[in-house]
Amino acid sequence: MNTTGFMQLYIFILAGFVGFLMISRVPPLLHTPLMAATNAISGISLVGSIVLAGGQYGKLPTILGVIAVACAMTNVVGGFIITDRMLNMFKRGDKKPPVTKPDGGA
Amino acid sequence: MQETIVQLTYLTASVLFILGLRSLTKPDDARRGMQLAALGMLLAIVGTLLHQEILTYTWIVAGLIIGTVVGYPLGQFVPMTAMPQRIAFSHMFGALAATLVGVGEFYHMYQGEHPTNPSVADTRFKMAAIGFEVMFGALTVSGSFMAFGKLQEFITGRPITFKGQNLLNGLLFVAASGCFGWLIYEPSNVVAFYSMVTIAFAIGFMLVLPIGGADMPVVVSLLNAYAGLAAAATGFAIGNNVLIIAGALDGASGFILSMIMSKAMNRSFANVLFGAFGSGGGAASKKTADGMVAKSIKAEDAAVLLGYAGKVIVVPGYGMAVAQAQHQVRELAELIEKKGGEVKYAIHPVAGRMPGHMNVLLAEANVPYDRMYDMEEINDQFAECDVAIVIGANDVVNPAAKTDPGSPIYGMPILRVSEAKSVIVLKRSMNTGFAGIENELFFDEKTSMLFGDAKASLSKLVSEVKQL
Repeated sequence: MNTTGFMQLYIFILAGFVGFLMISRVPPLLHTPLMAATNAISGISLVGSIVLAGGQYGKLPTILGVIAVACAMTNVVGGFIITDRMLNMFKRGDKKPPVTKPDGGA
Repeated sequence: MQETIVQLTYLTASVLFILGLRSLTKPDDARRGMQLAALGMLLAIVGTLLHQEILTYTWIVAGLIIGTVVGYPLGQFVPMTAMPQRIAFSHMFGALAATLVGVGEFYHMYQGEHPTNPSVADTRFKMAAIGFEVMFGALTVSGSFMAFGKLQEFITGRPITFKGQNLLNGLLFVAASGCFGWLIYEPSNVVAFYSMVTIAFAIGFMLVLPIGGADMPVVVSLLNAYAGLAAAATGFAIGNNVLIIAGALDGASGFILSMIMSKAMNRSFANVLFGAFGSGGGAASKKTADGMVAKSIKAEDAAVLLGYAGKVIVVPGYGMAVAQAQHQVRELAELIEKKGGEVKYAIHPVAGRMPGHMNVLLAEANVPYDRMYDMEEINDQFAECDVAIVIGANDVVNPAAKTDPGSPIYGMPILRVSEAKSVIVLKRSMNTGFAGIENELFFDEKTSMLFGDAKASLSKLVSEVKQL
């Protein structure tokens, strides 16, 4: 194992610690948005997929790459939108409760 | 110069991801923080497009467009009630991307028209990374597919078990590890590589097969962690730090959630994965309902109880999600408040099918988040509460968890609903809950049962309370 490998392990472990400390403080209230958010962020594998799809490594890797780009992009777009949608619903109630029309239960 | 710009975008993206996740510790900042994270993602994508190894953009753009077209409706139009399956589904996509990248890399190294055939010594580490990537990736793909199927209910939500299941799973696991070891020893071995992918795929199916609906929160969280680890391993394989960081964050998040979930069920990971709750020899609690009578109540009478109550605690469960009754719950709560009562919501960590499931549904129905309380925060308040209203929850309020050592859920922390002055339980019928355990709470003399579909019952309650 070379130095780069060790550097990568350092990064992994430190990022893991940061994640652990930070995410332990996320209240249960927001656990579903948290999952959606990490899901969107894990769409970063797009970065690897893009290089595979555009690198002209041969026909098969290109096909695999394009599928991977599509999958990862789906998570990025869908994930960030749905996280935003959910977070937008969490409102504080200390002022007047929002006036809502009684809907038929959508 | 170009490389510097690329690396700078990755660095910025990493920082923004961390800030974004940190913002989730406070509901008021969360939205803005996640928008920053999205900006980070955009930067990373643009940065990657500048990468010097990229020769053609046609296919990349095609993939990006397909992803956007598929992703937009998945983000914008999927209803909140479908959130658990939606999340499981996207774990599948994320893991699939990682797996395909791993397979592509392997193919490029040893099988393509111009294999690079790197020397063995250089590739052991990289091969270990690719191995982790495709192994975690493949098992997350099939596992998430199964979870998605069970949550969407095209696969039965009941645990599927058979004789020798754990033995078979053990053998598969040994075989996959064997292939992995072989691959590190001889990185160019095509047979070992594809066998490992196939076996990992099978493991994913097998792991989720015996898991029932009520255990889904743990499984979905665990798959979240695996998808993260697969992404991190991709980062190791292609030498990309932002992937390692994002993957590590994702993995940490998934593991924390699964730990919280299994703690809330008083069960270990191993027990969830290999225990197949509610099936193993029918370890039924010794207490049955024989001779006990549950008292049923009419909506009119329940409305009187609620309309004049001072303190009301609502306990939502999966039944509320199934009946999609969250809007009616909020309507009822507003009426009670108008009459001078106070309404709080008590949310058990494993209520529903995923972490935080109830909170999202209630928030969707415009329930302010400062009325939603965690189990620890609210458990001491039941004693002062006039009416506790249980909507489609069962195991999370079952006193047997405290009193009956023979019960399968013994030791699980529960909401202490039975301490309330009176309890109204909205339930479809007297059938036992998912775990198939009788619930003494329903036979308590303080408890009245309001039978029927939760949504219909609540609508009736709303109109009755209005007339008071």
